[in-house]
Amino acid sequence: MSSLVVENLSIEFGGVRAVDGVSFAVEPGETFAIIGPNGAGKSTIFNLISRIYEPSNGSIHYGERNLLDVPPHRVVNLGIARTFQNIDLFEQATVLQNLLVGRHSRMSRNLLRDFLFIAGARAREREHRRKVEDIIDLLQIAHYRDQKISDLSYGARKNVELARALCAEPTLLLLDEPASGLNQEETDDVSFWLDDVKHDLGVTIVMVEHDMGLVGRVADRVMAINDGKLLAIGTPDEVRNNPDVQQAYLGIPA
Amino acid sequence: MQIIFKTSYDQDINILSKRGEYIRVTLLIVSMLAAPLFLDVYYLSELGLLLVYAIAGIGLMISTGFTGQVSFGHAAFLGIGAYCHSILMTTGVPFSVSVVLTTLFCGFIGMLLGRSASRMHGFYLAVATLAFLIIVETVIGEWTSLTGGYAGFLVPELQIFGVYLPEIWQQYYVDLGLTLFVVWGTANLLRSPTGRAFLAVRDSELSARSLGINVEWVKIQSFGISAAITGIAGILLAHHLAYLSPETFGVLESLKLLLMIVVGGLGSITGAIFGAIFVSLLPVLLSLLRDVLPGAISQQAGLEPMLFGVIIVLFVVFEPDGINGRWKKLLHFFETFPYYRKASFVRQKRYLKTERMR
Amino acid sequence: MLPIEDVIRLGFIGISQGSAYALIALGFVLIYKATEVVNFAHGDFMMFGGFVVLTFSEGFGLGFWPGLVVACLAMGLAGFLVDSLIMRRIIGQSQASIFILTVAFGFILRSAAGMIWGWSPQSLDTPFDGETMVAGITLGNERIAIVGITIVLCIALYSFFARTRMGVAMQASSQNQLAAYYMGIPVRRLISLVWAIAAILATIAGAMMAPVTQLDTSIGFIGIKALAGAIVGGFGSIPGTILGCLLIGIIEPFSDYFFPAIKGVSAYIVLLVVLFVRPDGLIVQTYQKKA
Repeated sequence: MSSLVVENLSIEFGGVRAVDGVSFAVEPGETFAIIGPNGAGKSTIFNLISRIYEPSNGSIHYGERNLLDVPPHRVVNLGIARTFQNIDLFEQATVLQNLLVGRHSRMSRNLLRDFLFIAGARAREREHRRKVEDIIDLLQIAHYRDQKISDLSYGARKNVELARALCAEPTLLLLDEPASGLNQEETDDVSFWLDDVKHDLGVTIVMVEHDMGLVGRVADRVMAINDGKLLAIGTPDEVRNNPDVQQAYLGIPA
Repeated sequence: MQIIFKTSYDQDINILSKRGEYIRVTLLIVSMLAAPLFLDVYYLSELGLLLVYAIAGIGLMISTGFTGQVSFGHAAFLGIGAYCHSILMTTGVPFSVSVVLTTLFCGFIGMLLGRSASRMHGFYLAVATLAFLIIVETVIGEWTSLTGGYAGFLVPELQIFGVYLPEIWQQYYVDLGLTLFVVWGTANLLRSPTGRAFLAVRDSELSARSLGINVEWVKIQSFGISAAITGIAGILLAHHLAYLSPETFGVLESLKLLLMIVVGGLGSITGAIFGAIFVSLLPVLLSLLRDVLPGAISQQAGLEPMLFGVIIVLFVVFEPDGINGRWKKLLHFFETFPYYRKASFVRQKRYLKTERMR
Repeated sequence: MLPIEDVIRLGFIGISQGSAYALIALGFVLIYKATEVVNFAHGDFMMFGGFVVLTFSEGFGLGFWPGLVVACLAMGLAGFLVDSLIMRRIIGQSQASIFILTVAFGFILRSAAGMIWGWSPQSLDTPFDGETMVAGITLGNERIAIVGITIVLCIALYSFFARTRMGVAMQASSQNQLAAYYMGIPVRRLISLVWAIAAILATIAGAMMAPVTQLDTSIGFIGIKALAGAIVGGFGSIPGTILGCLLIGIIEPFSDYFFPAIKGVSAYIVLLVVLFVRPDGLIVQTYQKKA
């Protein structure tokens, strides 16, 4: 098991420091939450880890590997999968196809073999289909397996996106606001699933979340940031009671 | 909705899973095989041409319909395929070798072209392909020593393994064989990681990348295989035309290919085939229109492109799913009769999905 | 080697040709910035606009300038209607469908122009006949006029977007449509107005190009060259677009002179070479897709 170590991470967008010298480490098996007001730079940190943005400074290591040496499409091969803040599924494909794309990093592919469907192509499909079915069972989404994403409700899409990330068999899961837009009941479901994912699959979870109730229930440690700068790291209660965090959220002077 | 009880993963892996589909496709293939028995030479040759366009449509469908990379230049691959094959055969290369070489050559050119647009917005590729088409047309026209220029180029007779195949029905079976091969291969692609990567890149490059898909390479691959398949159509088209000239492979031909996939329905193999049927029936429609319209308009040279344009506009605005979408609705109607509800297919409201950073 | 006068003459033809491309490309970029649609029919709008100017100024005998103004109004209205009647309905469809749709518009316009005004080239009388001697080199007035009009229109557009209320609102809605909508900006009408402005630019370009190319149904292809120039310059930014168009414009007369066999296609070759070597265009924009 590897740990995620971020050191002195910074990025600028046209003079604005969206993330400014943030350092943190996530231990294997931990559930780590990043909180902060809108525009604090939470999603930007995710986008830096998944190599969508190039940092202007700092380093990101996952285990032995320096993530900054890895092209974006190789990040998942290190065991890092993610979801997006505004659900980003393959709209015109079915749930099953989406999940199978989730297996992409684990599948061998060859244009000619795929075109002729020879040399064990069927056996390969069966095997990966079985893995996908395990995830479908875990998240209980079997009933819309064959539906097109564009026909699904918002809550269902959230589940499918989580399932798709899990199909990559990650060791580290980046969840960008897993409970945003969900009602209380659905949020409760999310917290159970996150527990399952953590305990059954042994996945390390880093999540950005606004719902402090959910954070308090599932997170082992919390990091609060504001204006791209780190405010506090600690247990949910420690962070909640930190005067800087309270000031950032409520505007109360410390 | 018709519920299919699935008992094995193979049901999802197989190309045809519903029994109805299976019966329909079998019937279609059998009747295509038997067609020379009951069709006269003219209709058989038209049917062969339809198959050629179906192949070209599938070629374009792979890049535009499956991967979302719009190409205005696929007529150029039709042209390159036709000329390359004819020139090779004239120099004495056997048919089978020439087909393989031509297909590979078209695929290679397609990959080079795909590279130029693999990193940026989709419309770069669209413009690049249009520019490519115009260049190819000019080169074919000017390189007289190789292509015969605007005077034209005589296509050698169809000859496979040293046997001449002068009859229309023989040519028809060559068309049919290659069509079935291409349809089968493309269906295979779609049930494999390669094809799913195409769909993924079309729907969201961001997600595709986060799941381990090398988006640039997938685009290049998709464009390559698309060009290769269109090249195969070009080979067959050459034998249908018997005489090649550069103007055959111009912008209007490209528009015809695009019309095919839009009218047929973007994003499915069936759509490309429906599109080919539609395009083959266009001349009939055109002559019907000429009878109906007043002479001042009907005798005009611009009627054909005008009709192409109007049909595309009507389909994009009113039936974006094309004939294939209609067909699915019809099937659904019969499968669920009498419980069909119009609401089953109501489209959700869609919003501009931006491609750029705000 | 070419004598220096010829170099200057070809160079000037290139600059004026490039200015014309830039004038057309502005229309592409305007619509693209506002709606992310690339209107492939823009060149055909130009062609059609040129014919409309011909009809008003000579067919109805209004004279060039009044005819141009009336034609601009008519084409502007047409542009407005194209957006509000058709383009607005297809928001959210795949880019592929939208491109194909605009190409289809181009074909419809071309056929319509052929049916209305005939398929043979026609000439339009403009006040820019004759030639001017500059430093011992004769330059066509129509070419000088193109450069002048392009400069004037660029300044006019710049001040429209930077200074006027409507221009700023258009900028805002191109940055973020939803936010602009919530701020009470009538986004839909503004987008239709952008189409109208683009159509007006196209009409002016058509009238300016008429003395150089003649009015012909096929001159819509100039639009593709303009688009090539815009891409070579990196699209997105207006200065980049203008530079790219000038570059294409200047390369063309020289390559036509030295390589007559590929006359007319050098713009496309430049485009493909640039895209192959630098897929983002020469002037790279620091855009990134939003996650």
